[in-house]
Amino acid sequence: MKIVVCIKQVPDTKGGVKFNPDGTLDRGAMLAIMNPDDKAGLEAALRLKDQYGAEVTVVTMGLPKAEEVLREALAMGADKGILVTDRVLGGADTWATSTTIAGAIRNLEYDLIITGRQAIDGDTAQVGPQISEHLNIPVISYAQDIKIDGDSVIVQRQYEDRYHVVKAKMPCLITALSELNEPRYMTPGGIFDAYAAEITTWGRADLKDVDDSNLGLKGSPTQIAKASDKVRKGAGEKVTLDPEESVAYIMGKLTEKHII
Amino acid sequence: MGLEEYKGVYVFAQQVDNKLSGIAFELLGKAKDLAKDLGAEVAAVLIGYQVKDLADELAAYGADKVIVVDDPELKEYRTEPYAHALASVINEFKPEIMLVGATAIGRDLGPRVSARVATGLTADCTKLEIGDFPLNPMPGREQKHNQLLMTRPAFGGNTIATIACPNHRPQMATVRPGVMQAIDKIEGAKATVVEFNPGFEPNDKYVEILDIVKSVSDTVDIMDAKILVSGGRGVGSPENFKLLEDLAAAIGGEVSCSRAVVDSGWKPKDLQVGQTGKTVRPNVYFAIGISGAIQHVAGMEESDLIIAINKDDSAPIFDVADYGIVGDLNKIVPALTKAINEAKAQKQ
Repeated sequence: MKIVVCIKQVPDTKGGVKFNPDGTLDRGAMLAIMNPDDKAGLEAALRLKDQYGAEVTVVTMGLPKAEEVLREALAMGADKGILVTDRVLGGADTWATSTTIAGAIRNLEYDLIITGRQAIDGDTAQVGPQISEHLNIPVISYAQDIKIDGDSVIVQRQYEDRYHVVKAKMPCLITALSELNEPRYMTPGGIFDAYAAEITTWGRADLKDVDDSNLGLKGSPTQIAKASDKVRKGAGEKVTLDPEESVAYIMGKLTEKHII
Repeated sequence: MGLEEYKGVYVFAQQVDNKLSGIAFELLGKAKDLAKDLGAEVAAVLIGYQVKDLADELAAYGADKVIVVDDPELKEYRTEPYAHALASVINEFKPEIMLVGATAIGRDLGPRVSARVATGLTADCTKLEIGDFPLNPMPGREQKHNQLLMTRPAFGGNTIATIACPNHRPQMATVRPGVMQAIDKIEGAKATVVEFNPGFEPNDKYVEILDIVKSVSDTVDIMDAKILVSGGRGVGSPENFKLLEDLAAAIGGEVSCSRAVVDSGWKPKDLQVGQTGKTVRPNVYFAIGISGAIQHVAGMEESDLIIAINKDDSAPIFDVADYGIVGDLNKIVPALTKAINEAKAQKQ
């Protein structure tokens, strides 16, 4: 079985967000990590490899620096890493990103493609389903449990108040939830090997069956009109009182607002 | 594509088990605003099996037209037949704007359909308006009017971006549940009902549903609650949530929580408020023992009144709280419950 896992290097929005003096996000000062949902997707692929035997290829699109997450994936146990990088691919929205990644994946053999549900920087959850559409294969989003059954996958697909157990014929694409599993750590041996391993780098010329008009900033239907630091609602009153006075204070406010 | 051919504000009217989801009404409310600015009609796209009866309800919440796609293949949500239905409606009726709820269904369907009809999709919008793009005239660049300006949080709620889709139609957006407001129900309203069936031929993209497991939960939807008593890691233990439950019972509210509480297994996921949980805007939100990480605040900052109780004077929750009390929740919360019960007893 051949599995392709799509991963993204993202700024760690959880571990403290840094801003430039002009209010824009200071990406340089923020730690770059493998997107958590993607890491769960990679772990799912590695477990399928442990269980059924599989070749796991990780693909990322980004700046040359994004090679770091490929090495991390190799150190966790992935077999091959492919970096898709080219200036003309920059500034892509989800349509152009998914077009690019689909163009790269067309060069590969695959039974299963796994992506994360969403990246913590863009938060769109669009690229996975869009890749599946470009490649004309079924998609199962929000996967919680993945099993192989002959030429099909059986997956628990999560909704707000239920889950469906669904069966899809391979090849198909699955988007993984970070709740899916606890990703394994890199092994020291794995890290050494990962740094010795060769990473394949592809540029625009290596993308199969894609049109220039669908790539990068120019090929993006959506355009940013404005981006700004979120204006937060200002702080109200803050008081430090003993418990009894605190209760009187809250009761006063609730009565004043006709809540009780 | 001839952009001027595209007319009307359309919403995907999500239904599950032949019951319309709340997001359908919220989207119709917003669509009515947008349609007014554009002088266009509001249409709901209703996809399912034996769902025609729901058309009147959509009319009562603002739909001028309801396009029904009804087929046994659409009984349960599956990506492929639903994507075929919605993409076919778009190709046939050419809407200018297509809104989809950012639910577990909408976030799967939206991108698949946008890729099929080759247009832009903005995810998880919290504000939609009609305006100019670029926002201000720029020399040498055409300024387009009557564009859908889609505003959404990114970077886990740290930044806000406004996005347009000037050269492709429809302009598609998924919209965060709980953010837009439904209109008051108009009893007896009728919409033009159009039945449209593009035909469904199962193929290898149709997944097979082997089982449906509904989560057994007797909790109410926190998105509907007027008062929420929300607890974080500072509550200390699952047992200690009893204090919050008592307060909620006294004041007529529901209990919700932060992600830390769900991750610790103290409370189920459907009570989680925040970026990866639910967005709530109750009349009163008690944030008790919640530090106020940005991911949490993103899900509750629109609440009318925020009351925070936290022993840490520097907790960021105080930056958004209308009233912040620095103190020990274990002492304050039970005493508050008692005071509320006494005040209520006195009123009777």
